[in-house]
Amino acid sequence: MKAAVVVFPGSNCDRDCKVAIERSTGAQVEMVWHGDTALPAALDLIVLPGGFSYGDYLRCGAMASLSPIMAEVKAAALRGVATVGICNGFQVLCEAGLLPGALLRNERLKYVCKAVDLAVVNSQTRFTAGYAGRRQVAMTVGNGEGNFFADEPTLDRLEGDGQVVFRYLDNPNGSARDIAGIINPKGNVLGLMPHPDRAFEPELGSADGALLFQSALASA
Amino acid sequence: MRAKVHVFLKPGVLDVQGKAVEQALHGLGWSGVEHVRVGKTIEFDIAAADAAAAEAEVKAMCEKLLANTVIESFRVELA
Repeated sequence: MKAAVVVFPGSNCDRDCKVAIERSTGAQVEMVWHGDTALPAALDLIVLPGGFSYGDYLRCGAMASLSPIMAEVKAAALRGVATVGICNGFQVLCEAGLLPGALLRNERLKYVCKAVDLAVVNSQTRFTAGYAGRRQVAMTVGNGEGNFFADEPTLDRLEGDGQVVFRYLDNPNGSARDIAGIINPKGNVLGLMPHPDRAFEPELGSADGALLFQSALASA
Repeated sequence: MRAKVHVFLKPGVLDVQGKAVEQALHGLGWSGVEHVRVGKTIEFDIAAADAAAAEAEVKAMCEKLLANTVIESFRVELA
């Protein structure tokens, strides 16, 4: 099992992701610099971590989505490699066009950093199979621009096609239809604002995030 | 040639910054203010054969990077 974590200038959860994946799955994790033009061979999972890539300048994730490594990430995602964007990584996936919609400024203009309970809306994805039988999981959020937006037809399509994977039980940021995480139609690209990488051991308050990494790599 | 790009959230997209500024203006007594939108302006010099060529280039830049057309609209001024 092999995973890669992409490091953008301003990423700050890249090491957390590496440790979370290693400890919860035993997989080998390589760090890949945003300026690189090739991904390691035979990857089973690509993670775009949280943080403030390019200082959040212009728009969160906008410049990161155009960095050299992203051409390779897009190609791998289109080939079917499991790809997860967490927080800033979710913003990057939306800016890259790998997921629909965008993340707006939080409704109440506040940076929100807290534990959240999530409903597992779809446990039949390669990332959430481990949550089968669980209606609710706990993780944490830390975002200023985590307010998911898409136009109404897109939201209807996401809901109708089972692409809404996680919903907030108590919406912290104004996200449309309480959406916390979505997946692409092919089922291999997941974006979520909550951090599974900050919830992989009971000592952190929740170990539910470990199941996400385990599920993603179990299907490898 | 000098390009100015104005980027705003689209009309249907809630502009929470605009709303906060509007409330602050109301608090200062300007009660007649409504529909405040906060956007950004990006300015730069661009070498181009003529205004039409420059406009085409700047529009391409907007679509690729300067604006996210899922949520934002843009307007280009050239001088």
